[in-house]
Amino acid sequence: MSFETAFMFGKIAIVLMGLLAVVPIMLFVERRGSALIQNRLGPNRMGPFGLFQAACDVLKFIFKEDRAPDHVNKYYWHIAPWIAVIPSFMTFAVIPFAGTYTDANGHLQFQIANLDVGILYCFSIASLGVYGIIMAGWASNNKYSLLGSLRSAAQMISYELSLGLSIVGLAMIFQSVKLGEITAQQGEVLWTIAGIEIPKWGVFLQPLGFVLFVVSVFAETNRLPFDLPEGESELIAGYHLEYGAMRFALFMMAEFINMAVASALICTLFFGGWQLLPGMDWVVGHLDALGILPSGGALVLCQALSFVTKIAIWMWIFVWVRWSIPRFRFDQLMNLGWKVMFPLALLNVLITGVLIYMGVL
Amino acid sequence: MLVKRKPAIWNRLYFVEIIQGLWITFKNFLFHKKVTIQFPEQRRDYSSRYRGQHYIKSVNNVENCTACMLCPTVCPASCIHIIAGEREDKEKYPVKFDIDILRCCFCGMCEEACPKDAIKLSNIYEMSQQNREVYEKDFLLEQRGNK
Repeated sequence: MSFETAFMFGKIAIVLMGLLAVVPIMLFVERRGSALIQNRLGPNRMGPFGLFQAACDVLKFIFKEDRAPDHVNKYYWHIAPWIAVIPSFMTFAVIPFAGTYTDANGHLQFQIANLDVGILYCFSIASLGVYGIIMAGWASNNKYSLLGSLRSAAQMISYELSLGLSIVGLAMIFQSVKLGEITAQQGEVLWTIAGIEIPKWGVFLQPLGFVLFVVSVFAETNRLPFDLPEGESELIAGYHLEYGAMRFALFMMAEFINMAVASALICTLFFGGWQLLPGMDWVVGHLDALGILPSGGALVLCQALSFVTKIAIWMWIFVWVRWSIPRFRFDQLMNLGWKVMFPLALLNVLITGVLIYMGVL
Repeated sequence: MLVKRKPAIWNRLYFVEIIQGLWITFKNFLFHKKVTIQFPEQRRDYSSRYRGQHYIKSVNNVENCTACMLCPTVCPASCIHIIAGEREDKEKYPVKFDIDILRCCFCGMCEEACPKDAIKLSNIYEMSQQNREVYEKDFLLEQRGNK
């Protein structure tokens, strides 16, 4: 096996393991975070600070009886959770998690696939995730599940428009849809105000686009305030009503991994991706001085660390928003999607175009 | 007449409102006192008048009860069953004193009715059982609770 193949398998393994590790961590954060926000303590008995609660949850899911109701369409019912999970893993393939490492042997890219379509691949694969939900709702042969998946489909289509349009401005500025190039360009300095260098992050160039993108991404991941597909009060549990044990856990996994990928996309597009966090260059200098890692290794390590930190912050914001903001009504959701987000996204494209024409951006 | 007022534009944008809401939950997350009572270690403070598990008060290991039958008479759930007997010194006493705790509604009328301060309701509220328990005299004679 050549070095390139081994390196590729290594990258895939790291990304897969990282995404799988997100699930128990987020289980813990979600449960304890929600509890603390609601002035409770949450599960704190298993292990220090209740850290092993996630392991217990997983064990419970594994040992529960895996039963299929009689009235479901068995084939689609069984494959639906997998159809929901697999695209959420696939989306991460184009996201670079560290800069290019250069040594005597050549370049190493820390990105599984450097596709020319870049961000478009993300959107196309992410929209496949809705098939799992629709399939689950339809195969469950249950009116609540069907209503849940209907809502999910309508919501996904409405918000994919503004999701796609909100990053058009960004693509116009960076002249690329490749995530690696977008991230590399965000390392430049935009302004220097009183000696503080403001990096050329997407959030400073496209504030409106950023807000639209974040709202659309919340809708795409079916998280509160947009979790209408599983509205407990009116739809019981929505599309995963008939699922139990590990099959339900797969849907939950898909949700958490979608969250991770969405956070990674927000970071890559608007917060400089793997560009070092302020203060990290000090760490890089000291690590290089220690001389444990090969030259440039410390930089790559710190870039990956910065990226993971940014993702972690955004994951926390996902949880935080979920436990702060109430759910929309469905007509409000549709109004927001079509009458507010869509025109604003078009306006953002127009403004960006005018500013580029005038030479401001 | 109900006047429909449209909220102002900055309210309809929801930005300020969302940030205010997030700030409130953030304050709760970090600073607010948590209300959870971690049960086996910490317990809620109940009133001293709380009506919990019954016991029969005894003095020098002799129950105060004289089997006057006031408590089974007043009991709205009729859960107290007493069989009276006679001691060697001609004093009346309960041979059998059963409380069918599943029927009991913890109204405390037996305690009010008792002329000898014999039947009492304690502060104990953990009475879950795996079988349908009937409290017998030996059980009731143990002086539990804090009354």
